[in-house]
Amino acid sequence: MKPTDYDLVIIGGGPAGLTAAIYAARARLKVLILEKSAPGGQILVTDWIENYPGFPEGLTGADLVEKMTAQARRFGAEIETNQVVSLDVAGPVKRLTLNDREITTKAVIICTGASPRKLGVPGEAEFYGRGISTCATCDAPFYRNSVVAAVGGGDTAVQESLFLTRFAKKVYLIHRRDQLRATRILQERASENDKIEMVWDSVVTKVNGTDAGVNGITVKNVKTGETKDLAVDGCFMWVGILPNTAFLKDAVTLDKGGFVVVNARMETSVPGVYAAGDVRNTPLRQVATAVGDAAIAAFEAAAYIEAME
Amino acid sequence: MSENIIDVSDKTFDAEVIKSALPVLVDFWAPWCGPCKAIGPVIDAMSKDYAGKVKFVKCNVDENQLTPATYGIRAIPTLLFFKDGKKVEQIVGMVEKSKIEAILKQNT
Repeated sequence: MKPTDYDLVIIGGGPAGLTAAIYAARARLKVLILEKSAPGGQILVTDWIENYPGFPEGLTGADLVEKMTAQARRFGAEIETNQVVSLDVAGPVKRLTLNDREITTKAVIICTGASPRKLGVPGEAEFYGRGISTCATCDAPFYRNSVVAAVGGGDTAVQESLFLTRFAKKVYLIHRRDQLRATRILQERASENDKIEMVWDSVVTKVNGTDAGVNGITVKNVKTGETKDLAVDGCFMWVGILPNTAFLKDAVTLDKGGFVVVNARMETSVPGVYAAGDVRNTPLRQVATAVGDAAIAAFEAAAYIEAME
Repeated sequence: MSENIIDVSDKTFDAEVIKSALPVLVDFWAPWCGPCKAIGPVIDAMSKDYAGKVKFVKCNVDENQLTPATYGIRAIPTLLFFKDGKKVEQIVGMVEKSKIEAILKQNT
């Protein structure tokens, strides 16, 4: 077989990608991580991670990423800011077209994660960054003594709403059902917090504002059909995620939601191509699950490469 | 932080950005913001690539609240691109390096 530029290319530099790089570099593979922006991914916006083992006091997403990046680099993984524009992975030599060149590799691990889903209501895109946000840790301090809305009912929505209460004087937590989906400890904290007012059975139908930014939202009760306007200075959206898989086109099999389909060995439909973390079909999307996936994917990729040679 | 990037404050914004002969990329950030911290090295690298063509400045929104308020900034990181004293582009959030570079290329 002809020599390739790399043994393994990892697409995406979040917890999954960095972990895959640590394992692969320690297996003495020549590894490249491609990251479109800066290492970290979604956990950069996480205010506080307290369910990742080994850090009993918890730590910020940015700190955890910094440690993981240093660990990957320590074992020789290369990290480059670049993007995969298109790819041809069907054969034994995988060809990836980047922004500025083409590279070849024996194996690929897809760790591109997911992005916050948008509600798709009027005003949401218009006011993004001017009252609409998906990052409480970034933007909450702009809302000191303000009234804000938070939309969602999962772990992210509740955890970040709690963070918002450190700055805002009031947080409406708007959820389309009559109970939260978030883990119990977060539900308890939310119900004990005087600054959080639950708006049950409701969805946001419109974001209102002026040139100065958001000044309110319209919500509709899905049971009664009643609508009302809430005066808020900002609205934080945590209504699920979408996989970052558009660049894959038909390269590997995706499920109906666009997530990469893998088996227990993290193998996709194409030999030598693996996926790990939030981008794959998984029942749980956490740092702990992403790093577990990635360790398996890197182990399997190393075995695949060895068998080829 | 690279030597090609200077800190601006509410007091120096006019002189450094509005009256700048070169186009200016302003990075609004704060120490509490994870994505701002992460994207720092990416912007550092670009400041070297565009040295002499684009001026790179950073504005800490924790210490300077007037300037972000003037431009209606309620999210960080936000990048504003100024040409001849006028804001011509705004990028909110952590975006691909290529998206920022496209703006720089188009305006230099």
